[in-house]
Formats: sequence, C-alpha cells, structure tokens
Amino acid sequence: MADNKLDIEEMSEQYSDVLKEIGNIGAGNAMTALAQLIQSKIDMKVPQVKLLEFYELGAEVGGEEQIMASIYLAVEGDITGSILFLLEKQSARHLVSKLMGMELAGDDFSEIEVSALKEIGNIITGSYLNALSSMTGLTIYPSVPDLSIDMAAAVLSVPAIEFGILGDKILLIQTQFFDETEINGYFILLPDVDSYEKILTSLGLLS
Amino acid sequence: MSEVIKVGMADVKTCISPDVITTLGLGSCVGIALRDPVTKIGGLAHVMLPDSTQIRNNSNLYKFADTGIVELVREMEALGAVRSRMVAKIAGGAQMFAFQNKGDLVRIGERNVEASKSKLKELNIPLLAEDTGDKFGRTVIFNPETGDFLIKAVGRDERTI
Repeated sequence: MADNKLDIEEMSEQYSDVLKEIGNIGAGNAMTALAQLIQSKIDMKVPQVKLLEFYELGAEVGGEEQIMASIYLAVEGDITGSILFLLEKQSARHLVSKLMGMELAGDDFSEIEVSALKEIGNIITGSYLNALSSMTGLTIYPSVPDLSIDMAAAVLSVPAIEFGILGDKILLIQTQFFDETEINGYFILLPDVDSYEKILTSLGLLS
Repeated sequence: MSEVIKVGMADVKTCISPDVITTLGLGSCVGIALRDPVTKIGGLAHVMLPDSTQIRNNSNLYKFADTGIVELVREMEALGAVRSRMVAKIAGGAQMFAFQNKGDLVRIGERNVEASKSKLKELNIPLLAEDTGDKFGRTVIFNPETGDFLIKAVGRDERTI
C-alpha cells in the first residue's frame, strides 16, 4: 500500500463524495439520536468535505470569536483522530433546558448543566461513530467526552495541532445542523491522514 | 487611518505604527509579539507546534515556535527593525480540553510556551510579559506604538500586558 499512498489533496479530490456520504450517514444517525433526546425535529445540511489551510480554519464555524460549547472526543481503535460537536452557546443552553425540562438561570452553565451537555455530546457523537463503525466494519473507540465553552478558533486549534504534525493542511468532514429557531451547531469528524486511507480501504475503494 | 492586520493559525505578519496586529482565538497555540521601540515596527507570530526539528513535514516555517520566531525577526528586520532593540510579549498556550492530545502532543500548549521562550532567549530578545497557560482561549491585539498587548478572553476582564 505504500506505493499508492494518497496524499491529503488527492484524498479530498477523488473521494469527496464518499467522505460526504460518511458525514451524511454519521451525522444523520446522530441527529436522529438528538431529536429523540429532546423530542423535536432537527435538520441538517449537506455535509461538506473541506481541505483547509490552518489560517482558514478558525473562521469555519461562524467566526473565530464565536463562543461555542464544544464537545471533543479523541477516537482510537482501527482509526485515530477526533470528533467535535460544536453548538453556539445559546443553542447549547436551549438544548440543555429542553433536556432538563426547565429554563436555565443566569448566563452560564451550572455543574449539572455541564454534565448534561457532556452527556448529550457523548450520546450523539457515539451515534455518529457507531454509524461509521457499522458502515466500515472498523472498530472505533471514543474517549470520554470533554467540554470547552470558548472561542471557536481556540477550540479548533486542538485538532489543527494534530494535523500540523503531519502536514500543512487539515481535512475535515463537516455537517451543520439546525432547527427552525434556536439550534445551530456543527459536527466535525477529523480522522488523521492514515485513518482516511483505512476508511476508504474498508469500503473497498482502496486496496 | 490605522489598520488592523490579522494573523491566522500558523502565520506571521508584521506592521508599522499606527497599524496594529491581532490574532483571534489563540488556543493551545502561542502568539509571540515583537517590537522595535525605536522604529515602532511590530510583528506577531501565531505558532502551533514547538519544534520544527522533531517533525518531518516542516515546510511551513510559520507553524513552529523555533522557525516562526526566526522568520518573524527576519521579516521585521527587512522593514528596518533592529534585532538588538527588539522586545517580546507572549500569550496563549492553553490546554483547551482536560485530556486532549496523546503521545507527542501531551501538554502541547505548555511546550509551545517553553519553546517560544527558549528561542527568544537564544536570540537575546527580552521577554517583557506573558499571559499563558490555563484552559481558556485568547484574542490578542498588539500595538507597536506603545508595546501594549491587549488580551481578551471569554468571561474574563480584558487585560493589557
């Protein structure tokens, strides 16, 4: 396989549709789980596969300084990388209040609200990764979720640094989701470069 | 009219007063601001990783603390700044998630800060102030006229170092 090793540019060009479909199935599954959890309808946009320069990354999810509640899980097993579930802060408050069946006091999150948010992240990123795992037959173990409520660019620096070790660009599968009024957020799946190859191989697209 | 020059991740920019220079949402990356107080030439590097020699794919010199700072100094010198007069301030190097990053990337924010400091020391550029570490993101604005380095973070008061 070393002879026909794909670089990240070729990967994003030749297999863009496949990678979008992965986003579609993964995020679709996650959205179903989320909709059940809060008992209301959630829509998603067509997934996007993006190959970005690092300096472009910060502005990806609504601007560098957009405050996001971000749930981050490292992914291990047959593939490695990470998955991020980002919600605009107001959306996150809305979700937690729906889940807990009460309005939230104040402007920030209490300890129990933070736990609820992590649990939402855990359940729905789990659904995303389960779908990916059944589709590919690969074993995927997510880490414990962690939450950061901070500027989008600061959060995205974490996966960017992981990609920075291997190259000068970052390849991600991004799916935006929303409801009619109050929810706006993103899923970002970031397999590392070798894992993209493993995914494509398991789907019979590479040998 | 002064301009605000924006620096992205793995990027270096320079400016001359009255222009100012900014980078938005530093996480585990480090922002290194340099200034020549005589010419009022300033610059800002936004580096992601500590050490270019530890990594094979190191063509983007702006990505690393060691090579990024050297490039920043070089670009400021090209504008007429003098290295022996330069002074530095740094910010960033947070740990955004409690257990982020395994293996090579453990404590990456802290290591970015250490690497930046050691490169500045090697180049004999005094570090006047820093706002580093902890677990929150920072937006920074550097003014080469005064040397003020304004730091903004979510849910915290602005501070100037």
